[in-house]
Amino acid sequence: MAPTRREFLKIAGVSAAGLLLPPWAPLAAGQSPNPAVPPAAGPLPALTARRWAMAVDAAKCRPGCTDCIAACHAAHNVPDFKNPKDDIHWIALEKVGHVFPAEAHSALPEPLRALALPVLCNHCQNPPCVRVCPTKATFKRADGIVMMDYHRCIGCRFCMAACPYGSRSMNYRDPRPFIAKLNPEFPTRTKGVVEKCNFCEERLARGLFPACVLACKEKVLSFGDLEEPGSEVRRVLERGFSIQRRPELGTGPQVYYRL
Amino acid sequence: MKLHDRGRIIAGILVFLIAATFPFWYGKGRTIAPPDLKLDTPAIAQLSRKLCVEPTPYMRANHMKLLVAWRDSAVRNANRSYRAADGRLYTISLTGTCLGCHSNKTQFCDRCHDYAGAKPNCWSCHITPEEVR
Repeated sequence: MAPTRREFLKIAGVSAAGLLLPPWAPLAAGQSPNPAVPPAAGPLPALTARRWAMAVDAAKCRPGCTDCIAACHAAHNVPDFKNPKDDIHWIALEKVGHVFPAEAHSALPEPLRALALPVLCNHCQNPPCVRVCPTKATFKRADGIVMMDYHRCIGCRFCMAACPYGSRSMNYRDPRPFIAKLNPEFPTRTKGVVEKCNFCEERLARGLFPACVLACKEKVLSFGDLEEPGSEVRRVLERGFSIQRRPELGTGPQVYYRL
Repeated sequence: MKLHDRGRIIAGILVFLIAATFPFWYGKGRTIAPPDLKLDTPAIAQLSRKLCVEPTPYMRANHMKLLVAWRDSAVRNANRSYRAADGRLYTISLTGTCLGCHSNKTQFCDRCHDYAGAKPNCWSCHITPEEVR
């Protein structure tokens, strides 16, 4: 027999009152967290920002020094094929005339013309590589980092064609045998994927600044939140005039150079 | 109705049927022992409670789904912590958390994957402790 109206309302009232009770105590007691497990990705809290940016105080760069490259490539298992055709780099050194083709002219002082600047992914505000990627393997995070999901990369190299800075490299061969020393903290890549700088996203998650920034003894590289007044990168940029690589393209590069 | 080349056609059908059903009658009555998965790594020996991220039956059936969810969480959403169903908190990391305990990939992952004919491509990029030089 169907319940009467009075019975139905009674059941509904008791059920609604049950929602207000605290969770059943014996059930909750069995859920004590395991203290042996670390609570975060690392010992330090993750670093966060609204827009990560880097400043390169190139005048301080020591000629012939490759500390930033060595630190980055060791940290990220970047292979060395010893062959410019297959070259893979996350950070590299380039002559001023190549980095700033519009600004460099023949009357520049010789030391400036000979200067090699660190170049890396500019983590553009309007990244053309993200726009062309057919699988969304390359994407832009809310904090401005242009990141790659190597799981999704199909190796079409549209991003390499789109990037006006040559920041991307393709693994034409299996990189594993060409990595001098494997860093177990970071994966390698596989044949047929494109790779590039990730602003040390995996280190930021553990509360560490990028490997290149920490490796530079001359403090050429500074890193921080561009939208945070007083951040390291803002303090460096406030010292004087700085330029971006080819801003006329509208990509909004987030690596700033002081020359 | 006349069947041209009757002998050849029937012989061909027979050969096809034998070849197609070969795995079934060849393996009939044979039992392949399930793989012997080694859980005796030093890290597991030190655990006070021998618990994986989620209960063992769930992990056995769904570890691949959990790993895909972990991958998307860490890479796409920059979220590297995972709250297990019973409230424990884990760092999302294949090589750090999973292989931190299961440091014997060849005796744990590979044995079952070989048995099941699964060929995951995790290890073309991710580094196992056994590989570190």
